[in-house]
Amino acid sequence: MTETARQRPEFRNINAISDLPTYRLPAAGWVSILHRVSGALMFVLMPFIIWMFDNSITSEISFASFTAAFNVGIGFVPGWFMKLVALAIIWAYLHHFIAGVRHLYMDAMHAVTKEFGKSSAILTLTLSLSLTVVLGAKLFGLY
Amino acid sequence: MSVNYGSKRVVVGAHYGIRDWLAQRVTASLMAAFTLVVLAHVIFTSGPIGYEEWAGIFAAQWMKFLTFTTIIALLYHAWIGIRDIWMDYIKPVGLRLALHVASLVWLIGCAGWAIQALWRL
Repeated sequence: MTETARQRPEFRNINAISDLPTYRLPAAGWVSILHRVSGALMFVLMPFIIWMFDNSITSEISFASFTAAFNVGIGFVPGWFMKLVALAIIWAYLHHFIAGVRHLYMDAMHAVTKEFGKSSAILTLTLSLSLTVVLGAKLFGLY
Repeated sequence: MSVNYGSKRVVVGAHYGIRDWLAQRVTASLMAAFTLVVLAHVIFTSGPIGYEEWAGIFAAQWMKFLTFTTIIALLYHAWIGIRDIWMDYIKPVGLRLALHVASLVWLIGCAGWAIQALWRL
């Protein structure tokens, strides 16, 4: 180990509440942490995703209750809230998908330069957010 | 705390390694391919998509085959990802084990439900 490497400061016991919000992440850092956040979100919402899959393919009747859940709500949950949850899943899927393809591309092409990391991260964020807006507008019936 | 990173990194037992790294990429590729197939079905269906059209996508035997594989890939992929999250943030061994078991129960239960819904079609 070189002298400079040994003298690098170490930060332990990072406080999630007081320290993390002060961090200024580069674009690639945002892609990275959002990759984790989107994955965790889909893990938590997995029963809801399977509920949608189950109801949408099982029968005409279950398909009708599936669409009704988003149009008029289900139980005490209003339809707009269901759409909001669906929108969260749409964003999570898009981000996780595009950031994942970025990972695969970097692995396959040995694309590990700082410049490529930055430009591809910005592309990932732009694509995932704009596609979320487009699909979200469709989901909420704006076009 | 003793140095356990860089050349002194303890790698034994963590199961971070080429196997999981590769599994994560192979399962990701399978799911990405499945996404493109479903997307192609949706795009090339003419007219509005109701129950018949939507369920019809998954009714073909080869599509059930592919969907089943994707569910298994998802199960494995999510397990590696979630386990990495617990290993990064949760240090007490007992709590980590409990969360690992809970994650497995969650994932296997979800996979069973998805597979049942698929093969009932």
